[in-house]
Amino acid sequence: MKSKFDFKKFRPVGIFLAILAALLIYAYGFQVTKVNLEETRSEKRQTQLVRIIRALAKPDLITYDYQETEATFRIRIPCPPEGFQPTLPKEGAPYLKMTPACANPKDTITVEGENFPPNASGPLYFIPPSEVTLSLGTIQTDSAGHFSMTVKLPDRPAEEDQYIRALVKVPSGVPRASAALIDTWDKIVETVFLALLATTLGTLLAVPLSFFAARNLMKDVTSPFISVALYILLIPLGILAGAQIARWAISLRLLLGITLWVDGIGIIVLPLALLFLFRWSVPQTDEQKPSWKLRIARALALLLAYFLGVLTLSFVSNILIEAGNFIQPALGSFGFIGKFVRDCGDILGMILTILSALVGGGVLLNIANRFGEYAIRHFSFSANRLLNLIIGTVSGAGLAVMLMAGIDWLYQFDNRWISLYFPAGIGGLLGLLMALRFKPRDKVGIGMVVYFISRTIFNALRSIEALIMVIVFVVWVGIGPFAGVLALSLHTIAALAKLYSEQVESILPGPIEAVKATGANRLQTIVYAVIPQIVPPYISFTMYRWDINVRMSTIIGFAGGGGIGFLLIQNINLLNYRAASVQMIAIALVVASMDYLSSKLRENMV
Amino acid sequence: MLEVNNLTKIYDGGVQALHNVSFSVPRGQFLAVIGLSGSGKSTLLRCINRLIEPTAGTITWKGVDITNASEEEMRQIRRKIGMIFQHFNLVNRSSVLTNVLAGRLGYVNPAYSLINRFPEKDIQKAMLELERVGIADKAKNRADELSGGQQQRVGIARAMMQDPEMVLADEPVASLDPVLAHSIMQYLQKINEDYGATVLCSLHFLDLVHRYADRVIALNAGELVFDGLPGEIDDTKFKEIYGRDAERVG
Ligand SMILES: Nc1ncnc2c1ncn2[C@@H]1O[C@H](COP(=O)(O)OP(=O)(O)OP(=O)(O)O)[C@@H](O)[C@H]1O
Ligand SMILES: [Mg+2]
Repeated sequence: MKSKFDFKKFRPVGIFLAILAALLIYAYGFQVTKVNLEETRSEKRQTQLVRIIRALAKPDLITYDYQETEATFRIRIPCPPEGFQPTLPKEGAPYLKMTPACANPKDTITVEGENFPPNASGPLYFIPPSEVTLSLGTIQTDSAGHFSMTVKLPDRPAEEDQYIRALVKVPSGVPRASAALIDTWDKIVETVFLALLATTLGTLLAVPLSFFAARNLMKDVTSPFISVALYILLIPLGILAGAQIARWAISLRLLLGITLWVDGIGIIVLPLALLFLFRWSVPQTDEQKPSWKLRIARALALLLAYFLGVLTLSFVSNILIEAGNFIQPALGSFGFIGKFVRDCGDILGMILTILSALVGGGVLLNIANRFGEYAIRHFSFSANRLLNLIIGTVSGAGLAVMLMAGIDWLYQFDNRWISLYFPAGIGGLLGLLMALRFKPRDKVGIGMVVYFISRTIFNALRSIEALIMVIVFVVWVGIGPFAGVLALSLHTIAALAKLYSEQVESILPGPIEAVKATGANRLQTIVYAVIPQIVPPYISFTMYRWDINVRMSTIIGFAGGGGIGFLLIQNINLLNYRAASVQMIAIALVVASMDYLSSKLRENMV
Repeated sequence: MLEVNNLTKIYDGGVQALHNVSFSVPRGQFLAVIGLSGSGKSTLLRCINRLIEPTAGTITWKGVDITNASEEEMRQIRRKIGMIFQHFNLVNRSSVLTNVLAGRLGYVNPAYSLINRFPEKDIQKAMLELERVGIADKAKNRADELSGGQQQRVGIARAMMQDPEMVLADEPVASLDPVLAHSIMQYLQKINEDYGATVLCSLHFLDLVHRYADRVIALNAGELVFDGLPGEIDDTKFKEIYGRDAERVG
């Protein structure tokens, strides 16, 4: 009761204070944003604005070939004492006539012209002996090709002949696209493809990553403590091993020869061997549990098949590079296809090592998981406790040393105590404490850890605008559209992974339950119960992102990322507003039409 | 033989859905599970194939401890336990055939099934199962184009793909009309009689229990309050199971 009374009493005071605070905030806002009303009224600024708006209203779209007609009239200023005889006009040709034929400086005279092209205009010049022309004004001919104009002679007395010249320009031939328009077209194409590549690359990577940021898929991913500790040690090892296998495969390929026919045999024989090995080691159905020996033999065969697979891809990459190099000159103006083929080969070679490293990490992760599961089921309680303590300590130390190696790389301590012994000790201790905290057979919710880490990374990346990211990429790969593609892709990955994962979180749990109940493993459950449900929202989010990327790619050039924005900012800096206007129109057209296109597609698909 | 010992489930929020439930089901029995809404029927059935992790207690089936099985062992166990759901739980955007084939996921090699490749004999079996439930002509349709009764038949065909030795049916007929309910229950009866599969089926209607079940267990607020023959449910038992104010219909 009492508080209610107090509240009512102080309410007007509160409102008054709130208004005062708001006023203060806005006053300060005006101050920091430098609101300057004087400037908006200043004469000089206004004429400038009018000039620019007029320039923008006349985009530099087309040019003509011009046919010029000129006539020159010889005069004397002042009139020479011996008298002056003007040149007589030629019959039919354009000529000028002046009354009087000679005059004093600053006199006003009448200039008349005949036989000029009708309804045309052009400049009228005064040409002194120095040949530095002075403009006298603009002439406008009538329908008979005649003009008459009164001009004031300049203050240029001379002993010699001086001239008055009229120049009339008439457009001739068909109108052509202006240089600005041609450049704009080139850059607009670049812009659209920039958006396309960034959306494609971003989508390809965001789809698998989004599953890691989906709570409903990750929340029941658990592992025994031993497995989690082993992950920390074994996954980096697996990554190194995978990368090493790729390197071996590549050097074996180099050893086998670089001639095309070896490559050719390679990509025919290897896949066959691979297919055979795979068929043998991965039977279509596994009704019974296979024996120990068979399982080891299969694992070895699978390893060999894997090596052959990497080798095959390495051959494919090489063939693509060679073929690209070969066809690029042969294709002439379609040489870019050859370059594309070569680049594909190059990309394949580059991601081969990365993929192999990931596979290696994945395989060891699986082994660590199986070992942990086996241990908690078959080892005694105290054996488990001992294993937990030992592996926990070692992996704690390992993790700390790995983290410190990263920090050391940044700050270059050059001190073994800081980079090795201290972190190993502290990490080991923390690992030990963790091992003590978990009961030996407890499971760790590793899925939620992955979930939080990936969510955090996506949110952090999403909050950095692509326009800022591109600055980093420009340092790495130079100014140009490629930097723009990389920056936009990175931003797309983060943004889409977040949106996608929210879609995964909102799917129906029933089908997942049903597919799990049939004995499907995690990956099968995703393929059969999750993916069919998320296809429509994934498509519509990808298209939504495509819209954003088109918009972003039009301005990413401001920061050096290529595309139309690069041209626009250049023209604005050069005060070339008529060209800038062309680019602004192009941007508006492209953004609007892509919007329309994607909304139409969306209507049809979802 | 399925043995459930002192099964207890406490959900994360603190709800005690099952409390010390013990019973055993001999091979080939048709067991009905009854009880009020919220009494824990779904929880019980889902604990048996560990779609829900039990909090305490053990479940053994054919001598194997399900509650302590590893993920790999669970795969071997689950593929022999078919499950049928009240809301069918089909993947709506997939074809009927793919939904039925999903029943083989526990058997086929994951590497092949990830690219949607099933052995020829599995595809033939899927068509056969669809024929048995009378909707072979719908194989290529999307699952959500089917009526409720047809969808539940797809659910049965999916369970049959597993060559199940046990079937868990969680209110399989609760969203169907009475005529359809009998036809679905008859399929379950056939699975039970012709293939010798143990059936655990939660039901809401006592007439269905009387007609199809060999034995009934009843849950009330997570506790087992009845275990016996359908004929033994008299008015006192009924009040014990469904509460004082319940009235018997029919
Ligand atoms: N995921 C969950 N988290 C928390 N509590 C739950 C969850 N699922 C069920 N419960 C609770 O557990 C209890 C038993 O639920 P259960 O679904 O097993 O009942 P049921 O007998 O199947 O009911 P119905 O006949 O309505 O299907 C209920 O009180 C319910 O609120
Ligand atoms: Mg239920």
